[in-house]
Amino acid sequence: MIIHHPILGPRDAQEFVYLGDASLIDRPDGMTAGVEAFHDYLYQRTNPAGEHQELWYHEQGDRSWLVVTRNTVTHEITKVELARDVARARGRTK
Amino acid sequence: MASLQPLTAFGKREPVSVTHGPLTITERTDIALASVAVRKGRAADLAKAAEKAGAPLPGPSLHQQGSPCSAFWTTPEMWFVEAPFASHELIADLLKSALGDAASITEQTDAWVAFDLAAPDLAPLLERLCNVDYPSKPEGYATRTVMEHLGVYLIKHGPGAARIYGPRSSAESLLHAIETAAHSVW
Repeated sequence: MIIHHPILGPRDAQEFVYLGDASLIDRPDGMTAGVEAFHDYLYQRTNPAGEHQELWYHEQGDRSWLVVTRNTVTHEITKVELARDVARARGRTK
Repeated sequence: MASLQPLTAFGKREPVSVTHGPLTITERTDIALASVAVRKGRAADLAKAAEKAGAPLPGPSLHQQGSPCSAFWTTPEMWFVEAPFASHELIADLLKSALGDAASITEQTDAWVAFDLAAPDLAPLLERLCNVDYPSKPEGYATRTVMEHLGVYLIKHGPGAARIYGPRSSAESLLHAIETAAHSVW
């Protein structure tokens, strides 16, 4: 499997480490969101048969975090973005 | 005051040099290294300061030769700067005063062991060691990769000239890995 790194171009998937659902980026505010929201953030994952956004780490490369949009049925990768850009677009970084 | 003798990554006084067939592996102890990372939102300030100071900050996957400072890209908004050890032993301090507060600079000299590889063609050696398709890369290509479970930086200076920076505490393991690969090629 090849992952098209947005900066470095095509790289073999063995260079990457898989973390999981990219919803980890959307951590609720621990001071205001309450226990339920944090429980859901920590334990609840959707398990779609189809398009899935996930976090990958380029461990054997430039060590950037990526958000990879992958189809869990066909393994087709449709989009690869820097996690930093995704987080900023969602207003995570001040 | 105690008179201290500097030791190489192999605990020796002189750098190691190994020849096997057409390949020469030369340890380089005469390079000072520092990492330069942009502080948040200060990329333009750093670019300006670096240009004034004559420190190259090349784009992704690139090494840029300079005098006295060369540099290679390591990760978004971060570079490693190389300079002659004799004149730049205090490379971090020198860069800090040249680049100001737009960058965070960390001394790296003693964290790494550097090997220069020289052979007519390094492709058969490097394809046994790492994931990089060496012949297809341009001169001045720099990347982080893995050799024998060790995270290393590989810089291509030519089809038969490359530099490897590996973790200093694993210097012997890395040299052993390169020698083993060399024995299976030549």
